[in-house]
Amino acid sequence: MLCLGIESTAHTFGVGIVTDRGKILANIGNVHKSAKGGIHPREAARHHGVIAKETVLCALAKAGVTMNDIDLIAFSMGPGLGPTLRTGATAARALSVFYQVPILGVNHCISHVEIGRLTEGAKDPVTLYVSGGNTQVIAFDAGRYRVFGETLDISVGNCLDVFAREVGIPHPGGPNVEQLAREGKHYIPLPYVVKGMDLSFSGLMTEAVRKHRTGSDLRDLCFSLQETAFAALVEVTERAVAHTEKREVMLTGGVAANKRLREMVGLMAKEHQAKFHVPPIELCKDQGAMIAWTGLLMYKRGVRHKLDQTQVRQRYRTDEVDIVWR
Amino acid sequence: MALMKKGAEANLYLESFVRVFHHAGGGKVVIKHRVSKRYRVSEIDNQLRDSRTALEAKLFSDAKRAGVPTPLVYEVDRTNMRIVMEFVRGQQVKFVLEKLRPKTRRNICRLIGRQIARVHRVGIIHGDLTTSNMIFTENGKVYFVDFGLGEYNSSVEARGVDLHLFRRALQSTHFRITDEAYRAVLSGYRREFGRGADEVIKRAREIGLRGRYVQKEERAWH
Repeated sequence: MLCLGIESTAHTFGVGIVTDRGKILANIGNVHKSAKGGIHPREAARHHGVIAKETVLCALAKAGVTMNDIDLIAFSMGPGLGPTLRTGATAARALSVFYQVPILGVNHCISHVEIGRLTEGAKDPVTLYVSGGNTQVIAFDAGRYRVFGETLDISVGNCLDVFAREVGIPHPGGPNVEQLAREGKHYIPLPYVVKGMDLSFSGLMTEAVRKHRTGSDLRDLCFSLQETAFAALVEVTERAVAHTEKREVMLTGGVAANKRLREMVGLMAKEHQAKFHVPPIELCKDQGAMIAWTGLLMYKRGVRHKLDQTQVRQRYRTDEVDIVWR
Repeated sequence: MALMKKGAEANLYLESFVRVFHHAGGGKVVIKHRVSKRYRVSEIDNQLRDSRTALEAKLFSDAKRAGVPTPLVYEVDRTNMRIVMEFVRGQQVKFVLEKLRPKTRRNICRLIGRQIARVHRVGIIHGDLTTSNMIFTENGKVYFVDFGLGEYNSSVEARGVDLHLFRRALQSTHFRITDEAYRAVLSGYRREFGRGADEVIKRAREIGLRGRYVQKEERAWH
């Protein structure tokens, strides 16, 4: 059984083709790049509309199959940007109707966890999912993926990117901040905000920008910003590990590319004698394979969506999906 | 020293009073040791451990003065980041809450709500209200045993966050009974706090609706 998955929550339009055995035959991504960084939702949606057909064809060619071999279409239903989500959903519906194949809407955050479980062999991890749009600590409990901590305002990726843009660090912000942070030596105190299980990064970002305007060294600031934001992330993840007593920790999402964050989460996992997993970076980022794979998991356990149940949901919560396949 | 619990930010050890203080005395003590975390830079690590140790000891005694059962603090050691305190015999509310009869459960939740109101009224924010931080004793008291993330703050916003986070904690650990439990907490809170309670409860609800992943129709500012 073959599933074609479409991802379009933000600036990536991705198409993945996966077998029900979990073999990834193709995983093609097309990223919308804007001149100044950031995402303009309407522009990104237009980009996705233009390259949708080409990306699907490219994925089919890579997998060596045709649309007639596809048994299921899955797409990202949310959370994400409305315009880009709708473009992906429209493409998915068109394919589903034209080729008479069932369609399934998938929760984006959950699919990040599922692709990691597939490729890393993680059975039951506490997952720290950090990207430009999302920041969540997720662990499975009693039929759902529960959120054991999340940001109350902006995501950590957004915090790094906006800081970079405000202080004139060129796009892409996150990786460039990481580079500069390696040369930082002195820790500049910044607001460390952990509220119970939850996090907040907007005050941290504002204060870091303010410190730059008042003359703090940029390399020291990048270093301090990362250290503060990541320490808070790891602390919340650690709480979830202590609370759930799970023996595995997984790091995923685009910010998982950051080496310092990997190191910190890894150290924490070690202290708790937990196994530490990071999927290959192509699978940490947004892509279609994770959507296809999660679609397959759902389909095989009897989940079906009618066409009128495929509206996108910009604020689709991780903990509202019944996880029938676990 | 026997390790009682390896928590996220501290290790708890059980020790006899005599062994710690070297003079006549009985019973057991708990040593809360905030261990150094290798994953964070020493500046953040030292600052967090030191400020949380000092603050927590003060919060324990102020909360007790406000009428909330908390362990007695025997010693605050800011060199080793340790607090030595009374051992409270009982069960974590986390483990008993769902086993209780509905009526008893409502009463416990109301009591918890009253105690949250008491600390709020004297300007304390607990910062980490969860059912694993509360000990239910044989004589029916509920001890708040962890003020590690507490602070002094009398704003409606901070109080609202406190209540909201407790609701979130109930949602993730006691999802079967979240609604009835939280309702009882609020009723106790209202009764104890008196005037202004509704403002805090309303704010807690708004804070929930501000969240990043809440349906737009339900958000505060549509």
